Amino acid sequence: MTEMLSIKLIVNGIVVNKLVDPRQHLTDFLRSDLGLTGSHIGCEHGVCGACSVRVNGRVVRGCLMLASQSDGAEIETIEGLVESGDLNELMTEFVARNALQCGFCTPGILLTAAEIVAEDRCFSRQEIRNELSGNICRCTGYQAIIDAIEMVLIENMKKK
Amino acid sequence: MKAPTFKYLRAESMDDVYAAFAEYGDEAVILAGGQSLMPMLNMRLAQPAVLVDINPIYELSGIVLSNQKLHVGAMTRHVEVANAELVAETLPLIGCAIKQVAHRGIRNRGTFGGSLAHADPAAEMPACAVALDATLILQSHGGARRVKATDFFLGVMSTDRRSDEILTSIELPTQGSNHAWAFHELSRRHGDFALVGVAATAQRRSEGLDGLRLVVFGCEARPRISEVVASRTLVPQDVAEFAAAVVKDLDPMSDLEGDAEIKLIQAHALVERSLNDLLAAQPYD
Ligand SMILES: Cc1cc2nc3c(=O)[nH]c(=O)nc-3n(C[C@H](O)[C@H](O)[C@H](O)COP(=O)(O)OP(=O)(O)OC[C@H]3O[C@@H](n4cnc5c(N)ncnc54)[C@H](O)[C@@H]3O)c2cc1C
Ligand code: FES
Ligand code: FES
Repeated sequence: MTEMLSIKLIVNGIVVNKLVDPRQHLTDFLRSDLGLTGSHIGCEHGVCGACSVRVNGRVVRGCLMLASQSDGAEIETIEGLVESGDLNELMTEFVARNALQCGFCTPGILLTAAEIVAEDRCFSRQEIRNELSGNICRCTGYQAIIDAIEMVLIENMKKK
Repeated sequence: MKAPTFKYLRAESMDDVYAAFAEYGDEAVILAGGQSLMPMLNMRLAQPAVLVDINPIYELSGIVLSNQKLHVGAMTRHVEVANAELVAETLPLIGCAIKQVAHRGIRNRGTFGGSLAHADPAAEMPACAVALDATLILQSHGGARRVKATDFFLGVMSTDRRSDEILTSIELPTQGSNHAWAFHELSRRHGDFALVGVAATAQRRSEGLDGLRLVVFGCEARPRISEVVASRTLVPQDVAEFAAAVVKDLDPMSDLEGDAEIKLIQAHALVERSLNDLLAAQPYD
C-alpha cells in the first residue's frame, strides 16, 4: 500500500488538511478531494493549460505539480478568483465579445490573462498571443480572447 | 494519464538528498520544477521508485554576480532568470533565449538546473550554457565536482551527472561590450521546443570576430561548439562560407518535427542570420 501523506494548505483562503496519495497531481486533488471542478483536466502533460491554478501568487499547471508538493502553499483556483472579484474586468470583456464557447479552456485562460494584466505594462497584440501560447482553445480561434485582454489592458492604461 | 506509484521524499536540506541517494541509489530521482519529469511520469515514460523533491531547499535558488561570473542556483525558476536585470545586463544571450523557453505557467515553475540536467537536445538553456562556456557544479556526499558544459552533455537526455550527484549551481562568465552574441530559433508556436536553433557568442577584435562559439541545437543529439569555425576570424565577406562550413559539419537527427534534410536547410538559414547579427552588433574597436 502507498503511504498517504498529510498536507496542510490554504485553498481560496480556507485552511485545508488532507491525506493525499503521493502520485496525485494538484488539479486532480482540487477536483476530486475538494470538489473544485473549475480547473479542468485536458492533456495531463503540460501542453493545454486547462488545469492552471495559482500557487503562491503565480499561475502554474496543476497537472505538473503533485498535491503533496502543495503542503504549506497558498492556492487560488478559478472559483476563488471569481468570488473575490479579481477577474471582473476580464470576465466582462470576455462575455461582451463571446471570447468563450464551450468554456473548457476559459478558467486557464482567465488565470493566465490575469497574470498578464497584473504586470501593468504595455503588450502588443503579438505579445499577448505569445503569452497565451501555452493555453489551447479548440473553439474560439483566439481573436476574441486577444481582443478582450487587449481591451482590459487599454482600460487600465486610461485609468492612469 | 496518471503517474505510477512512487515514494515521495521532501528534502529540506542537502543532507536529506545525500541520505536519499545513500538509501535508494539510482532508484531515487530528483524532482525540481517537474515540468519535464511530471509529463514523463504521467505518460509513464519514467517509473522511479522514489522522488526526492528539492523545492524546499532555498539555498539552491538565486542569482549572484561575483568575479565576473554569474552564479545561478540550480532551482532558480525560468521566470526569475527572465526577470533578472542582472541576467539581461551581463548575459543578454540568456536574457533573450529564456523568453523562448516554454509557456508562462511552465516558466513559473521550471528551473534553470532542471533544464540542463534534463538535457533535451532541442532546449535553449543547454545550448546557451555551451556557447557561454558555463561550468556546472555537481555535489555528492563525497564533495563537489566542476564540469564544463562542453563536457556535460553526452547525448539525448544523457549527461555526465552521476546518479549520486545533484546539480547545485551553474557558473557563467559574464559578457561585456567586447562580446557579441546572437540567438535564433525556429518553432511552430512561441514557447515550443525549437525545430532548430542557434546560440552564438564571439569576441570583438579590430580585424573581425574571434573566438566564435556557435551552437546549433534541436539538430544533433547534444549541443556542441561548431569546431570548424571556432578558431577562425569572421569578417563580413566570409559569412556564406562560414555558414556552409558549419552546416556541412552537422549530423542532424530526424525527429517528429522534421527530417534531417529539412533541418539542414533550416539550420543554414539560422546560422547565416546569426553570423550577420554577430557582425552587425560590432562597432570595431
Ligand atoms: C508543454 C511544455 C513545453 C516546454 N517547452 C520548452 C521549451 O521550449 N524549451 C525548453 O528548454 N524547455 C521546455 N519545456 C521544459 C521545461 O523548460 C522544464 O522546466 C525543464 O526542461 C526541466 O526543468 P524542471 O526544473 O522542470 O526539471 P524536472 O522536470 O523536475 O526534472 C527534469 C530532469 O532533470 C533532473 N533534475 C532536475 N533538477 C536537477 C538537479 N538540480 N540535479 C540533478 N538532477 C536534476 C530530474 O531528476 C529529471 O530527470 C517545456 C515543458 C512543457 C511541459
Ligand atoms: S491538463 Fe495540465 S496542461 Fe493540459
Ligand atoms: S472555448 Fe472551447 S476550448 Fe476554448
